[in-house]
Amino acid sequence: MSSIDPTTLWTAIIGLAVGSFALRFAFIGIVGGRAMPDWLMRHLRYTAVAIIPALVAPLVAWPAPTGGTPSLPHVAVAALTLAVGYLTKNVLLAMGTGAASFVLLLYLGG
Amino acid sequence: MATTTTKSAFWRGVRDGAPFLLVSGPFGLLFGVLAAEAGLIVPEALTFSLAVFAGSAQFTALQLMQENAPILIVLISALAVNLRVAMYSASLTPYLGSAPLWQRAIAAYFTVDQSYALSIVKFESEPEMSVPERMAYFFGTNGLVAPGWMAATVTGAMIGAQVPDSWGLDFVLPLAFLAMIGPMLRTPAHVVACFVAVATALPAAALPYNLGLIVAGLAGMMAGARAEVWLERRTKEQST
Repeated sequence: MSSIDPTTLWTAIIGLAVGSFALRFAFIGIVGGRAMPDWLMRHLRYTAVAIIPALVAPLVAWPAPTGGTPSLPHVAVAALTLAVGYLTKNVLLAMGTGAASFVLLLYLGG
Repeated sequence: MATTTTKSAFWRGVRDGAPFLLVSGPFGLLFGVLAAEAGLIVPEALTFSLAVFAGSAQFTALQLMQENAPILIVLISALAVNLRVAMYSASLTPYLGSAPLWQRAIAAYFTVDQSYALSIVKFESEPEMSVPERMAYFFGTNGLVAPGWMAATVTGAMIGAQVPDSWGLDFVLPLAFLAMIGPMLRTPAHVVACFVAVATALPAAALPYNLGLIVAGLAGMMAGARAEVWLERRTKEQST
């Protein structure tokens, strides 16, 4: 796998450390008890459920292990993992299902 | 007397937080393994976890750096994934806002899913808790989870260095993310946000500099917010 350039890595680590802290400190430290506008809170509620699937979708559609060739087994394993997580609301169970079916995929794929 | 109750609040937090080791442990381990696969050495992986201390943001950054995305996209995307901690911070403010600034600064660092979820339930159900007790409880919830996350990262990074590339671990990261998304889809609006983000992300993957991620993320957020407004209105109309 390609190695990450050290400048990028450390810029990311430092940038994320500062940025994550700023996000966490913004309200408790600075804004205090003041209310946030509704529209902003409404959009913030959906950041994680939008960004994470947007990140994952291309990785599933063009999986790295096949060199980017669309593969039905990979889509099936991904769909199963998501479905178990959605239905059980249990991250660990979903992760376990994903891991088990991924191992199966490895064996079947040789 | 006050010291005793503060101390017991801390230990109650530790006890309540213990089960979350089962979640942060495996994810920390996985982060370590994938970081090692991406070429990070153990001290780099540990510094990453110590400095950032936000699982989903760390996974996002790791993935995008492997795709050689521009650093700005890496930062924006990883921070966007972690925007929810800003909401946690906002929602904890009424309970912890009057604590000394240095305590609030440390609390900010420790604001993660687990500490927030446990604390907000506790603070709402026990309004008689004093601010020092609340702070102690909040720190207690991280008493095991935070060291567990760091230890798991180091262990994972050491294991990851031994894993051969042929295992195709690249696909484990999308699976880990999918496992995290499932339980987040609590309302129809969340499902809409997720679906629109996916539907946009696939064609938008053709955009340069991984900009597709930002475009799809924004589209998903707006769709979720719209759906929420629309669903609320419909519920109101039905009840009248």
